Amino acid sequence: MNKFPLWLNVLVLAVLLAGCLFALPNIYGSVDAVQVADNDGLAYDELRLEEFVRTVENAGVTPEAAYLQDGRAVLRFHSTQEQEAAGERLRTAYDREANIAATLAPKLPKWARDLGLKPMSLGLDLRGGVYVLLEVDMETAIDSRMVGYQQGFDERLRDAKIRHRVDLDGQTINIRLTGAEDVESARVVIRRMDQDVLISDGADGKSLIVRMSEAQIQARQDFAIEQNITTLRNRVNELGVAEPLVQRQGADRIVIQLPGVQDPNKIKGILSATATVEFRLVDQSGGEPGSRRFQGRGTEGAQILKRSVIASGDQIIDASAGYAEGQPQVNITLDSAGGENMLRTTMENVGKPMSTVFIETRREAIPGRPGEFRKVVRQEIISTATIQGVFKDRFRITGLSPGEAADLALLLRAGALAAPVYIVDERTVGPTLGQDNIDRGFNAIKIGFLAVIIFMAIYYRAFGLIANVALLSNVVFIVAMLSILGASLTLPGIAGIVLTVGMAVDANVLIFERIREELAADSAPQSAINSGYEKALSSIVDANVTTLIAAVVLFSIGTGPIKGFAITLLLGIITSMFTAIIGTRTIVNLAFGGRKLQSLPV
Amino acid sequence: MQIISKKTRIDFLSPARRKIAVMLSLVFVVVSLASLATRGLDFGIDFTGGILLEVGYEQAADLEAIRGNLTDAGFTDAQVQLFGRDTDVLVRLPPQPEDSATQVRDELQATLEAGGQNIDLRRMETVSAQVGSELAERGALAMVVALLLIFVYVMIRFQWKFSAGAVAALAHDAIVTVGFFSIFQLPFDLTVVAAVLAVIGYSLNDTVVAFDRIRENFFALRGVSAEDAMNTSINEMLARTLITGLTTLLVLIALLVLGGESIAPFSIALIVGIIIGTYSSIYTASATALMLNVSPQDLIEPIKHPELIDDLP
Repeated sequence: MNKFPLWLNVLVLAVLLAGCLFALPNIYGSVDAVQVADNDGLAYDELRLEEFVRTVENAGVTPEAAYLQDGRAVLRFHSTQEQEAAGERLRTAYDREANIAATLAPKLPKWARDLGLKPMSLGLDLRGGVYVLLEVDMETAIDSRMVGYQQGFDERLRDAKIRHRVDLDGQTINIRLTGAEDVESARVVIRRMDQDVLISDGADGKSLIVRMSEAQIQARQDFAIEQNITTLRNRVNELGVAEPLVQRQGADRIVIQLPGVQDPNKIKGILSATATVEFRLVDQSGGEPGSRRFQGRGTEGAQILKRSVIASGDQIIDASAGYAEGQPQVNITLDSAGGENMLRTTMENVGKPMSTVFIETRREAIPGRPGEFRKVVRQEIISTATIQGVFKDRFRITGLSPGEAADLALLLRAGALAAPVYIVDERTVGPTLGQDNIDRGFNAIKIGFLAVIIFMAIYYRAFGLIANVALLSNVVFIVAMLSILGASLTLPGIAGIVLTVGMAVDANVLIFERIREELAADSAPQSAINSGYEKALSSIVDANVTTLIAAVVLFSIGTGPIKGFAITLLLGIITSMFTAIIGTRTIVNLAFGGRKLQSLPV
Repeated sequence: MQIISKKTRIDFLSPARRKIAVMLSLVFVVVSLASLATRGLDFGIDFTGGILLEVGYEQAADLEAIRGNLTDAGFTDAQVQLFGRDTDVLVRLPPQPEDSATQVRDELQATLEAGGQNIDLRRMETVSAQVGSELAERGALAMVVALLLIFVYVMIRFQWKFSAGAVAALAHDAIVTVGFFSIFQLPFDLTVVAAVLAVIGYSLNDTVVAFDRIRENFFALRGVSAEDAMNTSINEMLARTLITGLTTLLVLIALLVLGGESIAPFSIALIVGIIIGTYSSIYTASATALMLNVSPQDLIEPIKHPELIDDLP
């Protein structure tokens, strides 16, 4: 009685060993490192890695280890000084093509890396960093699309020689025609340009009202948020942060996590900046339809500019800041469509002036009406220059301060935001607090664990020791699962582990109390063990399923700290069922099974 | 070793004791609700929105001087308090208009830094009022959904009278735990919501274990009244209830003492909840089921469909 078949013993042992293996990477700690990642996401090979190592060695620094991870090169160093020197050197050499970030890398031996083992990642509250929740302004995303439609309808109708006037009123376009006879042909022109917009007849019988359909609005919003995520990712990469996280949350929010970043002010401006530029010809006659007056920035003069935009920020594929004749400038490269348009325009307009307009969107509180905002779009001419000759996709813009030039270059390179974003939640944890949280959390685990272990050993003697082995393997399994899942450990997560340690003994308490009851009812030791485990099972399962329900609800509805707590609680419940029921039974069977016993040390 | 002698025969559920327990629970719940209605909760910025700065000073912080500096700089509504140690200071501001929040925070930071001492910026949080109210809503939703699912689970596994007893006990625990935070005006943040939900899970764990034994005894002890069968069950489970409560309290006290200030409200909520939960699984749950005239006959139905029980692991 009470003997497991060999295969079951082996299986339990194998699971335990696997748990130890996956948990192992967490004991090595981490060291200062520099991570090099290709800007276009291409994977590096060994040759490139050697090149980076040589570059660093030329600066007199020898990496402690250098290896590839997920296509990125990681160079580990003995000290922060070495890390900084190496980072500096790599940045000078590869800044244009790669993102070079200072980071902490796990100090794993080579065999562990080769096996693909990873330690669990630490949450921002433990390693320090910045968390930002951005809200995407969907109204503006729709508005900007409507402006596009307005311009498009205007051009098409003009091409079709239909006399018209196109007005934009919020998210409705009014197309006024000269007579009822033009209504049908105008409708055809609009349909040909866009299949899906909603077209209705105006009340006066000689106008059309155009709106976007629900599906189009939805698609536009999805596009805006996806585009913003791409742009934000690019911008974050430009900042040189290792392992940043940019993720959609819900319908209109984006979460950004930047581990290790200490100064949120530095990144905030870059994240929410909507700065972009567009190029327009100066309307020298001042009377062309659609022309309008733009303010100049600083000493730059105001101009009346033509309606049509030659090229805009979203057509810029590369931008870099530099100096020419002592003046800061931004070197621009346009995409092919923008380049074609620029070529055509400059060919036709040599000797005429062209302006660069700097555009920035901000949200301002309306005085006296808390919680309400108005959008402020600032459009200023930063430079006006005479077109000296024909050019296509490469040129430069001037009229900015050195700082503005650098920021604008970064923003243009990373792409424009499809819609403005606003920070609604921002949390920064400094490095000292992070370390404090780690120390305190692990201290609490250690002492709490020790208290429970001592209590169990005294109260249940040999069986208590067996339960303690199960308890320890339970913590190992939680750590292993967190490492495998790549979930981050947070302070509430540590609290979840602590709570699990307290609660995981419950299953063993239930079993051991039952065994005692059976012994008190004069059962033989072997059958007491057997029925103790058997009869306690339904209680254990019921009890754990109910806690599991609470944990699953926490995980699916909760946010932030709640989720961190829920994940460890969830894992802890599952692993504790294994260790407390099957794990302890295996040891009990090995220790006591199949022997003649007079009494049980329980 | 044993805490509880082998066979306790405490008459937990005699009508007189039940009456006392019901009165006691009612007093707890009424006092908690009254406090929630009049004093409310000291909501953290997770729920109200606002700005929070935690800074570390090199020497013991002079709160009066810091308050003075902040008032001079125009931060008249700033709350300043020590946080855990006498070198750690927490500064809180009410929610600011969205666009100026980060600007206000920068000014606040500058004002603190201008105080002369070197300060270590440990934590900064800027939560908009809108996100705050969303988080509060989700917290409340989580609580309701959890209670509902648990009610359904217990109904499937046992019977609706047990379900009602279990949910009464859980609601009792949740209300008293939150009430405790209201009475003592302890900071109530997101982690406390998580703790209250963990309390619900824990207390239910206790209740279900007791119910399990009650069901077993309803069949084992034929001809015995429901009250006696329940009494026997509670006595049989007493050692287990107290030991598990004890080990859990041990780790939570370690967490409270060693885990640092930011996790303290969480630990307190769990400690209070587990003490209340242990009491309620002995009294509230069984007393409610008894009030609903629970009897062994109520559990006959599931026996006709043994697959309902046996199919579960």
